[in-house]
Amino acid sequence: MGFPHKPHPKETVLLSRYFGEADARNYKGWVKRGGYAALEQARAMEPARVVDIVKDSGLRGRGGAGFPTGLKWSFMPKEKKKPHYLCVNADESEPGTFKDREIMRWTPHALLEGTAIAAHAIQAEVAYIYIRGEFTEPLAIMDKALTDARSAGVFGKLKIHLHRGAGAYICGEETALMSSIEGKRGNPRIKPPFPAAAGVFGMPTTINNVETLAAVPHILTKGAVWYKGLSLSSPKSTGTKLFSVCGHVQQPGNYEVTLGFPLKDLVYELCGGMRPGRTLKACIPGGSSVPILDRAETESCLLDYEGVVERGSMLGSGGVIVFDDSTDMVYQIMRLARFYAHESCAQCTQCREGTAWTTKILERILAGQGKTADLDLLLDLSENMTGKTICVLSDSCAAPVVSGIKKFRSEFEDYIAGRRKPVMVA
Amino acid sequence: MPEELVNLTIDGVPVSVSKGMLVIEAAKQAGVLVPHYCYHPGLPVAGVCRMCLVEIEKQPKLAISCATQVAEGMVVKTQSAAAKSARTGVLEFLLINHPLDCPICDQAGECELQDFTFQEGRAGTRYSPDYPKRFNPVEDFGPDVLYVPNRCILCTRCVRFMEDVAREPVLNVSERGDRAYIGVHPETRLDHPWAGNVVDLCPVGSLLSKDFLHKARAWELDKTASLCTGCSQGCNVTLDTRENVVVRVRPRPNLEVNRYFICDHGRMNYRWMNRGDRIEAPLVKRGGELHATDWQDALERVTTTLRGAGPRVVSLVSPRASTEALFFARELFRGLDWTGAFQVVMGEEAPLAGVPDLALRAERAPNGRGAELLGYGREYAAALAAAQSAAVVLVLDEPDIPVRAGTLIYVGTVLPERARDAEVVLPIANVAEEDGSFVNRDGRVQRYAQAKPAPGMARPAWWVFSELGAALGHGEPVGSAAEAFERVAQAIDALRGLSYEQLGFVGKPAAVPVAV
Repeated sequence: MGFPHKPHPKETVLLSRYFGEADARNYKGWVKRGGYAALEQARAMEPARVVDIVKDSGLRGRGGAGFPTGLKWSFMPKEKKKPHYLCVNADESEPGTFKDREIMRWTPHALLEGTAIAAHAIQAEVAYIYIRGEFTEPLAIMDKALTDARSAGVFGKLKIHLHRGAGAYICGEETALMSSIEGKRGNPRIKPPFPAAAGVFGMPTTINNVETLAAVPHILTKGAVWYKGLSLSSPKSTGTKLFSVCGHVQQPGNYEVTLGFPLKDLVYELCGGMRPGRTLKACIPGGSSVPILDRAETESCLLDYEGVVERGSMLGSGGVIVFDDSTDMVYQIMRLARFYAHESCAQCTQCREGTAWTTKILERILAGQGKTADLDLLLDLSENMTGKTICVLSDSCAAPVVSGIKKFRSEFEDYIAGRRKPVMVA
Repeated sequence: MPEELVNLTIDGVPVSVSKGMLVIEAAKQAGVLVPHYCYHPGLPVAGVCRMCLVEIEKQPKLAISCATQVAEGMVVKTQSAAAKSARTGVLEFLLINHPLDCPICDQAGECELQDFTFQEGRAGTRYSPDYPKRFNPVEDFGPDVLYVPNRCILCTRCVRFMEDVAREPVLNVSERGDRAYIGVHPETRLDHPWAGNVVDLCPVGSLLSKDFLHKARAWELDKTASLCTGCSQGCNVTLDTRENVVVRVRPRPNLEVNRYFICDHGRMNYRWMNRGDRIEAPLVKRGGELHATDWQDALERVTTTLRGAGPRVVSLVSPRASTEALFFARELFRGLDWTGAFQVVMGEEAPLAGVPDLALRAERAPNGRGAELLGYGREYAAALAAAQSAAVVLVLDEPDIPVRAGTLIYVGTVLPERARDAEVVLPIANVAEEDGSFVNRDGRVQRYAQAKPAPGMARPAWWVFSELGAALGHGEPVGSAAEAFERVAQAIDALRGLSYEQLGFVGKPAAVPVAV
């Protein structure tokens, strides 16, 4: 079990405060730390009041899209005609992202408490926590926490099920996740209908990310105004966020900072900077699906929803992948494309065929057999793969390709012109 | 309640369509066929092929017209540069793993991948020949279905048909990404009684009918609107003929009867239409033997026989005979002591679970209801007994020929052994060789058209009986099936007011109580 680093003074530890404290995993230990007080507080309120508080806090979804959480909850039917469901997206399959894993490993009750509060707010009687299949340890910890909290009677009539995924990336997409819970192939569904109208089992459903829900108890106990105050730049991005930093930094790991924190400081200070003798070359700021930032963009980027968009990428899930000057960007982009080609659910034509074709072209360029026309072809295929499919897996494959060619074109051209030694990819 | 209408513009053409209609259907009303693969009006919407992308004003992204409902004031542009380029992109993607083996593919000529590529695809591929194409071997899915995965575009129409319409989900999409293919449950076969529809639904040459395999190229086929004779459901079909041989039966859409489907029993029920052992000339008994003759001689022989015979007449008719033929056959014996009966072969009922009121019916004949309307009864055994003492027994294409004392007049397509002692044998056309109509179990009157010529001197049965009736003084003979139907409609209350023109090729309900 990896042990987390000591909090850096520039971190704002809210969700990660008890990371590393084994006692916080236990029900008693959690209650001792003030756990489940927020749930009691929420239960004493009308559901609509809880929704309003979360709306006021400015909390936005931490899974990738950044949709305002309170607003999402308010889409659920006010007048209850059918059973309501809450799905917790703990699939965390986005390469470069490992924050939800740590939340579940160290503070399983924070997630359970947030889940129960959300279920109260949307009047759901059943909640599914969909845990990534590879997360065996978090699953065991969650399972124990759920059993303990359940026997302590904290959930009342709410039924919480842990549903283990079977290893498909796409099951982290909210509608695919619902299909998977239903026992079907994990295929994304066309919207509308949106989950709030017809979600899992055709019933009104809300889907929230683990980190989003883990933040909810804090909002209730400390108040929306306090949470809203946690913001370093854009008032539209509030609260703290865990950033999973991996790649060529001295100290990879999860870092919790207030939104609006400079990416430069995250990399150079919190993570201890680049490996000795190396310089920053590029960074993927929000999980593998978002456009790549070059050095200048990285060093001037503020980590909030608006700031990253200003630099041409997205905050996404907060999976920060850092590349130093030793990195072969063509190879890295090929690996990403290959991942998407492997994980495409095969429904939409552009994605099924486009991700695989993109991979083949990139592999051939790496093998030293690329053609000059390949780069324009890649860009054109990416254009055809963007904004035209049911979900954004196809777009996610295109994003690093387009930004990679735009920002690191010479590396591609070196392979094509034979200036660089071919790489045989298995 | 009046239907709520929505006004929108599609490619500059204003249309008013019912609320809730999909853009792809509304476009048809504007005369625009939006290219598509996964969409089929008889299946739930999947929205996966992404081929029907169109531009809709004020929407940030292109929309798939198969999953977008019409809205008031909507402006749809199917031919905008963005929409066309997106569809061209989809076609290119669909073709990179496609073997392009059109010259040996059964679907060529009626392939939607060919058609839309021709319409708006790229002239050449940018997929390097260095890259391998996906390969999977041909799979034997079931009694009549082969799966050629290399041609598959994964539209999932077959999967959705089996899951949502047949409600026997034995097909799925197996694997992911570009390795995906249609899988069949390892412990079952695609042998549902309606499974053959997946072949029609497949927009490319991936699901093939073994029965039709390599029989013809699509462009060699003539297509004729017809009706299935397999049971009393009355499914609308198209007979595909090549050089006057029926080689395939496919469903013809009729939302009131069979939607877009036919069962495998009906699909395979056509070989008899091509039988070679047909009666090709009228035959008359001379010196104890049947001899070929001309129509005039044969018809005179029948009228002479009927004029000289006693009043007891029995008609045993086939429930596959047209309403027109049954009517004129009945008219011959107006005023006589007449008994008419038919028998129906029974089989097992096989419903199509996802479509109400659609089944392969136990009653395996297309026109039992029509025969009843015209006064023929189902008491076949009683009729056989009556035939023993009748002066004349008329048999219309019914192989079960009774023992009798009187004269036998046999009117049929083929000559059963026991019909050889008939006084006269008159050759008639079968269902593929004439125009006519049937009344299905629900009392729906439907037309079928002639798909190929009758052999030799065989004529439609309505013509034969109308000529005989005229010779016996029952009015003028009729010159066409339409005219024959007019006479029926004048005489039979349930059909009053109907005409061939009115029936069209989807039919109309007769004024009869619905069969139980």
